[in-house]
Amino acid sequence: MSDIKPPPMADETVSRRDFLKLAWGAAGLLALVEAGGVALSFFSPRTVEGQFGGVFEVGKVDDFPPGSVTPFNAGRFYLVRFEDGGFLALYRKCTHLGCAVPWNQAEQKFICPCHASAFERDGQVLNPPAPRPLDRFVVAIVDGMVRVDTGAPIQRDRTGPADLVYA
Amino acid sequence: MTENRDPRPEHLPQRIWESIQRDELPPPDDRGRMRLVMNNLVLHLHPSKVARPTLKFTYTWGLGGLALLLVMILAVTGVLLMFEYTPSPETAYTDMLKLQTEVWYGQLIRNLHHWSGNLLVITVFLHLLRVFFTGGFRTPREFNWVLGLGLLLLVVAANFTGYLLPWDQLAYWAVTVGSSLFSYVPLIGEPLRNFLLGGPEVGAATLTNFYGLHVAIIPLALMGIVSFHIWRVRKDTLSVPRRLDGKIDDGGAGSTQVEKVTTLPHLVSRELVFALVMTGLILMWSVWVNAPLEAAANPDHSPNPAKAAWYFMGLQELLLHFHPVFGAIIIPALALGALALLPYQRFDLNTEGVWFRSLKGRWMALVGAVTGLIATPALVLLDEYALDLPGLMPSLPTLISNGWIPLAALLLLLIVYYEIIKRVFKATACESRQSVFVLLVTAFVVLTVIGIAFRCEGMALMWPWEVLG
Repeated sequence: MSDIKPPPMADETVSRRDFLKLAWGAAGLLALVEAGGVALSFFSPRTVEGQFGGVFEVGKVDDFPPGSVTPFNAGRFYLVRFEDGGFLALYRKCTHLGCAVPWNQAEQKFICPCHASAFERDGQVLNPPAPRPLDRFVVAIVDGMVRVDTGAPIQRDRTGPADLVYA
Repeated sequence: MTENRDPRPEHLPQRIWESIQRDELPPPDDRGRMRLVMNNLVLHLHPSKVARPTLKFTYTWGLGGLALLLVMILAVTGVLLMFEYTPSPETAYTDMLKLQTEVWYGQLIRNLHHWSGNLLVITVFLHLLRVFFTGGFRTPREFNWVLGLGLLLLVVAANFTGYLLPWDQLAYWAVTVGSSLFSYVPLIGEPLRNFLLGGPEVGAATLTNFYGLHVAIIPLALMGIVSFHIWRVRKDTLSVPRRLDGKIDDGGAGSTQVEKVTTLPHLVSRELVFALVMTGLILMWSVWVNAPLEAAANPDHSPNPAKAAWYFMGLQELLLHFHPVFGAIIIPALALGALALLPYQRFDLNTEGVWFRSLKGRWMALVGAVTGLIATPALVLLDEYALDLPGLMPSLPTLISNGWIPLAALLLLLIVYYEIIKRVFKATACESRQSVFVLLVTAFVVLTVIGIAFRCEGMALMWPWEVLG
């Protein structure tokens, strides 16, 4: 056994000079962080009222025949009505790299022009590279009118009947 | 009468001139020339003397100087363009049309800015290759190599932010696709993308953000780092070109002693001539070839195919074969990390200034290039038509089946390649690393070419004449 001495206790008292150095450094760092935060906040997302991002009242329930897919360009979404009467609002942005996905009426699917991702009518991925189904928006039916809230797209790993809204 | 104690010249104009230009013009001797370089704000970025062999054009190809010239052209034309352009979705595109039809020389100034920006990307890439292949990153120049990589990223960022400003279909969708790459960064990706775009989609806020980055933040950063980069070159001097036998390449019998000459006029005159010739060529090109401008941006309609900017086509091609996290983030990050650490590897050869390290190095570089030329298209075709990894492993998430597994396979192939070069061809570590570098650079260039010329509607593979036809 070697008798290693414990290292001498560090001098716990801080000299006035060291304390001031530390205080100045901390204050300077704080000022830098504040200034940086202010600068970054200038970049942060700005939403414009009354445009994409707000609530869209798109029409009466009966305006949308079962089995139809209706595009709403201003709201960046498709309103899908299934044969059983269920509504689904799909964000038209491809989940792969963000292209606008057009609805192909003849083939009854969404086909992305950018990298050939394909989606079913309910948003399910038919063909990669898209990593997940099309995002959806919240649909609400109030007094027979269909409302779509484009505030926050909902990401999902799989589609299901729970996504549909009925009148 | 008191004696005149003022040592300055008698005549007022002469006193004014000497207050501005302190050294005698033209300098009478070498000493005067060196003083002039040292005392002049612009010239003092140069050393006062340089090694004569480094003046050889086919050693540096003037690429660093060309990059600086292009930055200057970009600054001048860019400031002019700012007077004719307002960054808002309502005005941006009409401003471009006005610029091209109503503003005197507007089209020419736009062409100059556009083509110089594109040429700058190519120039800095070639500059990187030149420095790599002549071993210019060796001690003491390791950190300047890293600074150069930073400059390469800044140049790409400047190009990318500028790409959006015309607000045409090309701009809108290239930036939509390009910025979506960010959203695949784990955890911070989506906030980062929204932060850069000023919202979830490319829009008015994006234009403002990119404009600010393009005309102020990136140019300032570029100016600072460029000055640092050039100042470091002055401090560390240029690597001296040498021949295969190790003797200095002085165009004659070869020597072991470096001859030094004054920067003025030997280097400065060469720089001016090259800058003049290149300015002339760029001007001619810009008179003849117009910068593209497509239809106004339409967020409702993605063109088919929607391609990123051409220098991102290699990345976009990777995206067609890998899970996005790998294509957009992991593989580029690995490549950049390897490049940054490259000068800090241990060297087993002293080959600074020798093109491609050695005779064997040259052969191994050729092997790398040929391997890359054959293997890359082969792998692309294999993945496109024959191999469906996610289909083979349906139970695994695509992050593994189309990410970790192909990446691991490729890295394994690279290691095998490296060992073959080293063991079979008995190459040194430096030569083998160079061979791998050549292989990867070739692969990147091939991917970029495939993306630009061989991808058509729906990103299907086609022959170039069908793509362009």
